[in-house]
Amino acid sequence: MKTVNQKAWFFVLPVLVLVAFNALIPMMTVVNYSVQETFGNNVFLWQGLDWFQQLLTEERFYKALGRQFMFTGLILIIEIPLGIAIALAMPRQGIWVPVCLVLMALPMLIPWNVVGAMWNIFTLPDIGLLGYFLNNVLGIQYDMTQDPIAAWITIITMDVWHWTSLVVLLAYAGLVSIPDAYYQAAKIDGASNWSVFRFIQLPKMKPVLTIAILLRFMDSFNIYTEPFVLTGGGPGNSTTLLSIDLVKRALGQFDLGPAAAMSLIYFAITLLVSWLFYTLMTKDDLN
Amino acid sequence: MALELKSVTKRVGANLHVKETSLILHPGHFNVLLGATGSGKTSLIKLMAGLDPLASGEIWMDGQNVSKLNTQKRNISLVHQFFINYPHMTVYENIASPLKVAGMAKSEIQGRVEEAADILQLRPMLQRMPHELSGGQQQRTALARAIAKESKAVFLDEPLANLDYKLREELRDQLPELFAGRGAVVVYATSEPEEALLLGGQTALMEDGHVTQFGVTADIYRNPANVSAAAVFSDPPINTAAIVKQGSTATLNAGVSWELTGEAAGLSDGDYTIAIRPHHIVPIANDKAKVRMSGRVQVTELSGSESSAHFEMGTGSWVSLAPGVHPYQVGEMHEFFMDPTAAYVFAPDGSRVA
Repeated sequence: MKTVNQKAWFFVLPVLVLVAFNALIPMMTVVNYSVQETFGNNVFLWQGLDWFQQLLTEERFYKALGRQFMFTGLILIIEIPLGIAIALAMPRQGIWVPVCLVLMALPMLIPWNVVGAMWNIFTLPDIGLLGYFLNNVLGIQYDMTQDPIAAWITIITMDVWHWTSLVVLLAYAGLVSIPDAYYQAAKIDGASNWSVFRFIQLPKMKPVLTIAILLRFMDSFNIYTEPFVLTGGGPGNSTTLLSIDLVKRALGQFDLGPAAAMSLIYFAITLLVSWLFYTLMTKDDLN
Repeated sequence: MALELKSVTKRVGANLHVKETSLILHPGHFNVLLGATGSGKTSLIKLMAGLDPLASGEIWMDGQNVSKLNTQKRNISLVHQFFINYPHMTVYENIASPLKVAGMAKSEIQGRVEEAADILQLRPMLQRMPHELSGGQQQRTALARAIAKESKAVFLDEPLANLDYKLREELRDQLPELFAGRGAVVVYATSEPEEALLLGGQTALMEDGHVTQFGVTADIYRNPANVSAAAVFSDPPINTAAIVKQGSTATLNAGVSWELTGEAAGLSDGDYTIAIRPHHIVPIANDKAKVRMSGRVQVTELSGSESSAHFEMGTGSWVSLAPGVHPYQVGEMHEFFMDPTAAYVFAPDGSRVA
């Protein structure tokens, strides 16, 4: 008979500890807060699902959620096609390849709060290079601290500047992995550039584009630092995205219960959308 | 219809990937490009297909100079070693794609696609996607596309290299039939001499970017023009050795000698190289294999009904291949008998003299 021992548990222990400390324990703390009311001093009152109910009937939450979807939707609509277009235009061989790759990687290397600060200063009407140029040289009224439209244009532009390169790099990786033979086959058939894109490049890029869209969705849906530094959610509440609203509740108003409930709903939406998207995109490949 | 290359070359940077090559290829049989990896087979095919520009020379098809003509206007097909099909099109759409681009009527496309599908036994798979097919079926789809297109020239670039053994044999047997009577010039690149012999037709031996010999495949096998041509069609590798001819006697440096006959006897005295296929060196003497060689056996191989032995005699290493099972002892001395009349004789510059 085989002797059974429990040593194997020691091998999973490190990962269990790691996951517990970076995911399970924080997550359960939030769950804990979301069903109780606290006024500090470690005093907790049971609230059940009250906070969830309150949140889901509140206009403020839906407005922030709407702005969040608008932001994510807009940056995806711009960044994905733009990223693909840049990747298509990049050289496939020669000395310009590393130059392009480094240039592309640069924006992603800058810390997020620095990106926010950069764009803030860049667009100030009185001293910012862009802001001054638009207002005083071209005569276009542009002040993102006053005008919601200007604020939106600025945060979208900033995100496109910061993150399109991620899409570019992923799409480029997908493109260079297509064997030459496909292009030769298309050339022999006399296929147009559009057909080559539609029937060879796009299908071959699909797996990496799926990942690109997923990453950009999750990142932009959870974005906090850059818009917080850039606009702080203003003017008014016009650029108050979900995460900014959440932090206002938790740290500004010290409403820990509702903030915790909101975190969970926020998390659930991100998870659900990502799961739906990924399942839909990969359903053909599985069978 | 013939495909004619007139002193074509291909240059990449400072290197000539295809050195000056002239060939006339005809329809009705396979034109095999045979050479090792890197010998320029694919480069030559890309030139003929118009995928790469010529550095110099001209290509004529059907009495027309096509050197400057775009690939799609040359009306050719290319089947690759990799199974190249449009990933998000069904088998039907894949076969139909070149016809669609050409603007052919729907009913005619359907007729052609179904005919090609029947020939390649793809009827039940027409609505499937390429990734749902086996490797053999994917390659058959690529071949069906070439057949449905009815192009003037079909280039098959090692089309069987990525298939497993059984499928390769099966498809290789079908290939000559598939293209028979279609009037297309069929060019088939391979690195396996056995394939060239099995496919028949004509063969162009390629080495280091140029064609070293061109002709009917069986003739090249029987009459190699130089040492490397002799070496190509031989597995196990052909035996080569230096001999000294004096009068009518040839002497190997190991001291073995024999009387020269035929053309070889008429050569002027001096140094030569001989090449002799392994199956002309056997362990039991017969009325042809009479020259006794004895050597120490290094390696033996038994492949079904044949046994081969690698042995060392003097400083040279030799291979013998004989039908039947022979009891060689590795490390022991054995006697072998060579048929000197089967030896090819080459001058010091590598050209065949007898």
